[in-house]
Amino acid sequence: MTILALNPLVSPDPGLFIWSTVAFLLLFFLLSKFAWKPIVKALDERERSIEDALSKAEMAKEEMAKLTSENEQLLKQARIERDEILKQAKELKDQIVNDAKTSAQTEGAKMIEKARIEINNQKIAALAEVKDQVATLSLQIAEKVLRKQFEDQTKQQTLVNDLLKEVKLN
Amino acid sequence: MDLSHIFNSKKILNIVFSAVFITAMIFSAQAQETKKAEEPHVTKSEINAPHEEKEEDISQTILHHIADSHEWHFWGEGENKVAVPLPVILWTNNGFVTFLSNKHDHNDHGTEIFEEKGQQLINYHGKYYYPNAVKNAEGAYVELDENAVPTNAKPLDLSITKNVVSLFISVILLLIIFTSIAKAYKKREGKAPKGLQSILEPIILFVRDDIAKPQLGYRYAAFMPYLLTVFFFVWLNNLMGLIPFFPGGANLTGNIAVTMMLALCTFILTTINGNKNYWGHVFTPHVPWWLYPLMIPVEIIGLFTKPIALMIRLFANITAGHILILSLISLIFILKSVMVAGIAVPFVIFISVIELVVGFIQAFIFTILSALFIGMAVQEHAEH
Repeated sequence: MTILALNPLVSPDPGLFIWSTVAFLLLFFLLSKFAWKPIVKALDERERSIEDALSKAEMAKEEMAKLTSENEQLLKQARIERDEILKQAKELKDQIVNDAKTSAQTEGAKMIEKARIEINNQKIAALAEVKDQVATLSLQIAEKVLRKQFEDQTKQQTLVNDLLKEVKLN
Repeated sequence: MDLSHIFNSKKILNIVFSAVFITAMIFSAQAQETKKAEEPHVTKSEINAPHEEKEEDISQTILHHIADSHEWHFWGEGENKVAVPLPVILWTNNGFVTFLSNKHDHNDHGTEIFEEKGQQLINYHGKYYYPNAVKNAEGAYVELDENAVPTNAKPLDLSITKNVVSLFISVILLLIIFTSIAKAYKKREGKAPKGLQSILEPIILFVRDDIAKPQLGYRYAAFMPYLLTVFFFVWLNNLMGLIPFFPGGANLTGNIAVTMMLALCTFILTTINGNKNYWGHVFTPHVPWWLYPLMIPVEIIGLFTKPIALMIRLFANITAGHILILSLISLIFILKSVMVAGIAVPFVIFISVIELVVGFIQAFIFTILSALFIGMAVQEHAEH
């Protein structure tokens, strides 16, 4: 205490020490109970709610992004499908056209073939008829010629003689 | 123990640097000032003998201004004095003695004995003592030691002094402010702060995020009420001390009894919260066993130097600020020229502004060191 008693400035006054202890402890307990507890709690809660809100917003943003990308994907898929369908349709059309062409060609070829065969048949028939006609006509002509030739008797006699001569030789 | 984050804070560093720079400037200016004054001072003291006494008076006045008092003095001296007398409560050999201070303040030289409840007392420079049986050379019933402090026995002085009134005012103010804020938090739950709430919320968050959390880690919540109370108590009283008139003017945080009480609170919290690791560090430090006879006493002294440093730091900073301001004002009287006011008053304003910053910084430092000491006591394992 002798050191502390050097100067009244640095010698603690017991009365003030006691009063300040009482006042400070009272202040501490009252503020702890009625001020710091609710304030610190409210601050923590508010911070938590802000954090929650921020993370929720972040989540919503992500959800939105996901939805958008999903939509885009769907759109893209739809486009691809449409292209596919169009392509298939085109192919089908081409095939049909091609089929029609080939079948028309074969049909035409067949008909031509048939026509040719018919024509040939007709030609053969016509030629056969012409041959018949020529044969009949030639026979009639030959008959008429022969009749004319063999009207006289001598001529007949010579012919027979010639024929006989030929037989003798054998 | 990592303090780097405190010093990393650019803002604080800036403030500290500018404060140091400005104070240095002022001190050099002050030195020049006294040099200039030297010449007439010498001649005057040769002519005017009581000049020495005058200077003594000024240092006495300054000490009187920063010391405690049994009255709240407003203005005037002697007969024209305007002051509010405060109740004196003494625990004497005859039990409690109470009276208003103006009842026995006409003689504070200890030359007159008065009686209250059959207890003889004297008033010596505003303090109450039991009188000596014989008068000393000046006719006072006191015996003085080499520092002119009476060695007389004295009753326990539990008076409501100026500092105690100021203490009560600050406690009531803090209670009103923070319970109203607490109400605002309850009423406006989850909403943005408003009014007083929005002014103090950043400071509460500052205490939590920059003082409590870095020093105490996840255990910070348990010590938040103490740290917040200490911070706002010290800060408000620092600021109130800077107000030159009622309700300020009492030098409460510059009083060693108050800083001792605050340091003791931190010391008690540190001691009762000290875990196995903390005490292990004290009694089985991480040194070779043959150093124990040296290290254990050092560690034990260390337990006490921490709160003592806390006590002296706050006391010295605030008292020094008050003395500086009073000295600058006193320059006018020392140099006996109103013209000096042209220099002294701007300096006083300047220092007062710095004191505003110092008031905050000292509150911050007291709180962060309290948090640090408590943090050292509760940390799970030594980090070295």
